[in-house]
Amino acid sequence: MFRYIVRRLLQMVLTFFGATFLVYALMFANQDDPYQALVGERPLSESQRIALNAQYHLDDPFLVQYWHYVRGLLTGDLGTSLTQRRPISEMLAEAWPITIKLALLAVLIAAVIAVSAGVLSGIRRGGVFDNVTLVITLIVLAMPVVVLAPVAQVVFGVQLGWFPVTVTRDAGLWDLLLPALVLGTLVIATELRVTRSSVAENMRADYVRTARAKGLTNKRVIGAHVLRNSLIPVITLIGVDIGALMSGAIITEGVFNIPGVGFNLFRGIRAEDGPLVVGFVSVLVIVFLVINLIVDLLYAALDPRIRYE
Amino acid sequence: MSDLNAVSAVEAPGPAPTGPRHGGSPAKPRSLAGDAWLDLRSSKIFWVAVVLVAVILLMAVWPSLFTSADPRDCVLANKNAGAASGAPFGFDFQGCNVYAKTIYGARDSLIVGLFATLLAGVIGLLFGLTAGYYGGWLDAVLSRFIDVVLGVPFLLAAIVLANRFSTDPDATNIVPVILTLGLLGWTTSARVMRSAVISAKGQDYVAAARMLGASPSRQMFRHILPNSIGPFLVVLTILLGINIASESTLSYLGVGLKGDAISWGIAIAEAGPYIRTTAAPLIWPSVFLAVTVLAFIMLGDAIRDAFDPKLR
Repeated sequence: MFRYIVRRLLQMVLTFFGATFLVYALMFANQDDPYQALVGERPLSESQRIALNAQYHLDDPFLVQYWHYVRGLLTGDLGTSLTQRRPISEMLAEAWPITIKLALLAVLIAAVIAVSAGVLSGIRRGGVFDNVTLVITLIVLAMPVVVLAPVAQVVFGVQLGWFPVTVTRDAGLWDLLLPALVLGTLVIATELRVTRSSVAENMRADYVRTARAKGLTNKRVIGAHVLRNSLIPVITLIGVDIGALMSGAIITEGVFNIPGVGFNLFRGIRAEDGPLVVGFVSVLVIVFLVINLIVDLLYAALDPRIRYE
Repeated sequence: MSDLNAVSAVEAPGPAPTGPRHGGSPAKPRSLAGDAWLDLRSSKIFWVAVVLVAVILLMAVWPSLFTSADPRDCVLANKNAGAASGAPFGFDFQGCNVYAKTIYGARDSLIVGLFATLLAGVIGLLFGLTAGYYGGWLDAVLSRFIDVVLGVPFLLAAIVLANRFSTDPDATNIVPVILTLGLLGWTTSARVMRSAVISAKGQDYVAAARMLGASPSRQMFRHILPNSIGPFLVVLTILLGINIASESTLSYLGVGLKGDAISWGIAIAEAGPYIRTTAAPLIWPSVFLAVTVLAFIMLGDAIRDAFDPKLR
């Protein structure tokens, strides 16, 4: 286990530097004139140039600039937004709580529906329920979030009036339910399919035959033996799902006006606020990497085959 | 696939077969591809997908077949008007014909989807083939690089890349979007290719080719590639659907297609603020986009099921 953790940590350090380097290089390298981009239309005086150099390290070589960026990232100094004129870390701190609430709700809804439907269709593979869920998951898989979020807003928010059309900062669970459903739909299909195939596979396993031979009830065989072993692969999906949820949150929060991380990023992209986009994207990448690390360690703890590989 | 072909190739010139081998026709045994085609022919999902793809392709190539209206001919007097002759979906807030705009939206989406998939396919093929065939440290380096690219959530990376590539604010931005999606979408296909190559490399016929003195490139392209390309093509079919969805997502965010381009993503974004007045300009592009993506994913899914012997 120790060797696995070390290997996985090294891998994560590599990915961290690779990913942040890519983001930084793409966003800031080869800018035509970074000084002019900062001062806008006004002419640039020599004293301004010196002041900007002191603040943004513009005259340093590229790798040194990248180093300053990484140090800022690790110490929580993300710079200032061009459009909002506020520290980006402050905006981020303000936006996190509602996004976390939304994401947790989405993950919960998706997990409950996916696992229960997946187990049902996995037990009776090839049955009516199984075939219907397969078709539905196919449709859900193909539904881009740019379709899902606005259409859900029109149908359930505007026309049927069941849910509020937009959400405020101090929204309750009910207000967040529709966006969370939209967000959950993005990950539900893969979770369901993985649960289904892993249940179907385990139903044929030797230990299930043994359990049945011992005379255990069907309920006990599935609840205690099949389910436990089938849920392990589903856990790895959580890591991948977080990435899908982040992408989805940018659109969903934008559509429903939820003032979270995705909404700020959405607005930053449209206003071409470079520092804000890079700051938010970098932090999201780090969150993604850390969650994936945790999931992988959890997986190794649950399944010995992984850590002794 | 490889084994069956090899067997039939060896046995064909021999003495006449003594009897039917598969209990069916006395003809030579079907290859896996033949088997898969038989499977596909009876799959309803496959035929639904084929028909949908054909209609969408026709719409992209020849949009005037479906509508005689000009999607760029917008009359403000028609603002938010309901359905009329030639405009069954009504008009949007600028008085544009929603039906015509939706039909014409297929072309740019498909162009972007096709070329981005092609680019991703070429990169994925080269990466997968090299990593799988040579193995060792080269495989380790390439695989770690794939890990790094996969380490960035797709849309976040796409936003940054698309911003970088689009230099001309007035252009339709088709090439930058193709580059963005192509450069980010190849990882899955590379992984699939790599593992297919690794399993094909160990086969006897590759060893035979090597012993006969075939060069690495001949082994790769004549022997390994044809026998490992199936799963790779399935991944690309599905990727085509995903790329079309991604194009719309980027266009919706304002970093994808721009300016003169007609795209379902742009139409959805533009209709967003007016949903309380009229929902049709949002609903129809959404339906077309979802059906297009669904068609390609269904096609890939059906082909994969047919080629997967485990499901037989």
